[in-house]
Amino acid sequence: MEFKIDSQIGGSLIDEMLRGLAQATQLIPRRDPALFEIVALSLRVSGAALLVSTLIGLPLGAVLGLRRFAGHRLIVALLYTGMGFPPVVVGLFVYLLLSRSGPLGRLNWSIIPSLFTPAAMVVAQTIISFPLVAGFTMAAVMGVDPQLRQQMRALGATHWQSAWTVLTEARVGVMASIIAGFGSIISEVGAVMLVGGNIEHRTRVLTTAIVLETRKGMFDLAIALGVILLGMSFFTNVAMLYLQGKMFNE
Amino acid sequence: MSELIYQLRNVTKVYDGRRVLHVAHLDIRRGEILALIGPSGAGKSTLLRLLNFLEPPTAGHIRFLDAESDATRPMPFPLRRRVTMVFQRPILLNRSVFANVRYGLRLRGQHDSARQVDAVLEQVGLSPLAHQKARTLSGGEAQRVSLARAMVLQPEVLLLDEPTANLDPYNVELIENIVRALNREQGTSLVLVTHNVFQARRLAHRAALLLEGQITEVGDAASIFDSPRDPRTAAFVRGEMVY
Repeated sequence: MEFKIDSQIGGSLIDEMLRGLAQATQLIPRRDPALFEIVALSLRVSGAALLVSTLIGLPLGAVLGLRRFAGHRLIVALLYTGMGFPPVVVGLFVYLLLSRSGPLGRLNWSIIPSLFTPAAMVVAQTIISFPLVAGFTMAAVMGVDPQLRQQMRALGATHWQSAWTVLTEARVGVMASIIAGFGSIISEVGAVMLVGGNIEHRTRVLTTAIVLETRKGMFDLAIALGVILLGMSFFTNVAMLYLQGKMFNE
Repeated sequence: MSELIYQLRNVTKVYDGRRVLHVAHLDIRRGEILALIGPSGAGKSTLLRLLNFLEPPTAGHIRFLDAESDATRPMPFPLRRRVTMVFQRPILLNRSVFANVRYGLRLRGQHDSARQVDAVLEQVGLSPLAHQKARTLSGGEAQRVSLARAMVLQPEVLLLDEPTANLDPYNVELIENIVRALNREQGTSLVLVTHNVFQARRLAHRAALLLEGQITEVGDAASIFDSPRDPRTAAFVRGEMVY
């Protein structure tokens, strides 16, 4: 008897998954406007957060990898902690900061984003991904032969030119740091849920939509969204690797 | 009397409170090949790094062409770029051979340098490998790329730090011939660091022996190798241990 129930549940789950896959293949060519909106917002929010993370994390990682100074170890320890920060905790932290009665929200400045907006989601995702970009960039830079810089300087490189050369030599690791940063935010749900609020047409992204559809029992739609998220992540990474190959003629 | 390209006076280098180099007086002439010989740890490589202005001396002055540098006054950058060095262990960029040789010219903002790069690759016998990845080269080939990327800059002075240590005889001869031609045809001044007395003998016009951070004797190659005045020099060139 128990056996029968189990197999029924198993069977229906597999059915759901197959239906989800089928729906995913139908949703994409149909150019469903609601889906398009969700995908576009996901890419916009995570793309903007990744851009800011790279602009902060790459130089920070490079400096930490190339130089030793007082407090170096402390910063590295903080960075490593940041690399494992749970997104939902970051979300909670940003929520409290930005809420009307929070320390930043109460300032009412126009550059400080309000809660439940895409801008607030960008802030939270930036905090999640920049330690990853910085930490992996630092590790990649440290992996480059320390004698390289001296040889480049002997060939007439300025300090900036030799630092740039080290970064380009560490390019595989630097690219991995950006990909890891992207992966950490395109797939996170805790922070965007808390800070964005999953508001239809305004702050709903793929991950929060999946949570919602699953709770509603719309498993096939949830799976379809999951497949789209996976595919998007795959193609973004392929595009980034292609770009790296193009830039360095590999 | 030929023109002096370097004049070192009381140049001292101290690392962590330990004096590793003290050169009271050394002149390097334009267009010569000067060999710096001596056992390892004698301060030869430190002296080369000072001549390349990669580090300032702790005390003393280095005059190069018409400028002077010391502990507080670095050599002006445009002058620094007229000296370059080939290291014992070449570290090539993870790019093609061609891109490695072009690197120094790019740093100087010269972007249409294909012809110069091709010419230098021809000189070092690496034209067929121009588009190969530098990481796939043998030790001798890599050292020739390292020599080519320095030569393409047409430096006033080329510093060579044990350029043929650990290489096979074929590559040693190739590199020695390239270096000789560079000196003879382009008039490049060369400072060669080596612990190999035979190599110094084959290449150098003048030689200096460094022991424990000090120059014991400097003079024409013939006098250093055949009739050294200092007993320690005599022992070193005979291949005996010097303490």
